[in-house]
Amino acid sequence: MNRQQLSFWWFIGTLVFALLSMLVPLPGALEPFKPYWPALVLLYWALEGSERINLGLAFVVGLCADLFDGVLLGEQALRLCALVFIVLRFRSRLRFFPMWQQALAVLALLLNDRVLLLIVRAFAGESMPPAAWWISPFVGAALWPFLFLLLDDLRVRLRIP
Amino acid sequence: MALAREESSPLFAGNAAGTLRLIIYLALAMVLMVLDHRNGWMWRLRYSASIVVEPLYRLAGRPAQGMHALSIAFADRKLLTDQNQRLREDLLLANAKLNRMASVAQQNQRLQQLLDTQHSLELNVQLAHVVHVDVGPYSHRLTLGVGARDGIKVGQPVIDAHGLMGQVVEVLPTTSSVMLVTDPNHAVPVVIERTGLRTVAYGSRGGDQLTLPNIPLAADVRPGDRLLTSGLGGRFPSGFPVGEVREVVPGGSGLFLEGHASLAADIDRSEDVLLLHDQPEPAGPPAPEVPAGPPTGLAPAPAPAASAAPAPAASTARDAEPAQ
Repeated sequence: MNRQQLSFWWFIGTLVFALLSMLVPLPGALEPFKPYWPALVLLYWALEGSERINLGLAFVVGLCADLFDGVLLGEQALRLCALVFIVLRFRSRLRFFPMWQQALAVLALLLNDRVLLLIVRAFAGESMPPAAWWISPFVGAALWPFLFLLLDDLRVRLRIP
Repeated sequence: MALAREESSPLFAGNAAGTLRLIIYLALAMVLMVLDHRNGWMWRLRYSASIVVEPLYRLAGRPAQGMHALSIAFADRKLLTDQNQRLREDLLLANAKLNRMASVAQQNQRLQQLLDTQHSLELNVQLAHVVHVDVGPYSHRLTLGVGARDGIKVGQPVIDAHGLMGQVVEVLPTTSSVMLVTDPNHAVPVVIERTGLRTVAYGSRGGDQLTLPNIPLAADVRPGDRLLTSGLGGRFPSGFPVGEVREVVPGGSGLFLEGHASLAADIDRSEDVLLLHDQPEPAGPPAPEVPAGPPTGLAPAPAPAASAAPAPAASTARDAEPAQ
């Protein structure tokens, strides 16, 4: 297998892994702390390998997530599209932020994502979620530096372009 | 959101195209959501995708299973001994209870044999599904999914697992209508289990209750007394639970006590009911009483279902009473 193929499969693998992590059941008390993994991984690839990421891919990943998660078809597709669009637009800035600023930007993105979700849910006629529902973006932002470094490190070790 | 200033940065060519693409994708997602919300596509799609998705769920469930296995492997020894001890005690207790149950069961069997010699308890019944429930202020009816073609006849008593529900009043080819005992126009002759006092329980206008409007002042009736069908009148077989007395208050006329009873049968919950077949022959005692009816105020109504088939002689005087 040549480098190109390897890097392609590595890319796909991380996305599938993110979708799987989203499905992992957690004990009830920990459930609100679960970060939105597909968004984080898509963020990483949008920043580091942006030629691979486009809105269509975000849409497809979102659709798969919807299918796995059993929520309204198109809900996560919409959220991920919006997320990826914003990241791609500000990519060159975000890339050269120091890590803590990057984490703050990720927090803002994830909060924005939650607001989008809230709007969609409101249109679907569901009630307001509990306060704990807002914890997830903070956990995601706190994990961001580690995820970023881990993925970067693995990429270097595997010598993937 | 200070980043929003970047809007017209020259670094990003093809802004307009990007925005257009975003709008297209967002619109597509929204259309999908609306269609899904309206038509509930999801389950059909999921159904066909389940072959792929199911192993994924299993895979995703692995870590949780692993944690559970680990927690068992490293469980505290003390915890386990405690648990063991508690289970032993429980087992002892359960065994003791079981032994007592065995003796009670034996006793029960003996008593049942005794009873069987007097009259057979076998019921000839037919199961029927409730199709429709109509509980309004003026009539309490059920519609059953069986009718004349299944051999249903007007007057058959209807019971559920807990007690008497009512009687068939109308039979169509494939459905039949049941008047519930709580119907304001319904009356059923009952006997109070504790004392043997005979009286008549009428349905009440205000919901799922029974009214006993003519209990003699001197009679011993207390809340908690169970009401059974007395079998008088020949419409209902004797011995089926009808209800339980909730309160006894002085009646409006001052001549009788008035009892209110809750229903034994689960009218709200029954989905399937039983129709009793061989209706008992009109039993001995009431027959001579019918001609001598008018003078005895307390006599059990000769035709319990006064309204279903407005009974002949004696019930004319009684017809006014349920309307109170």
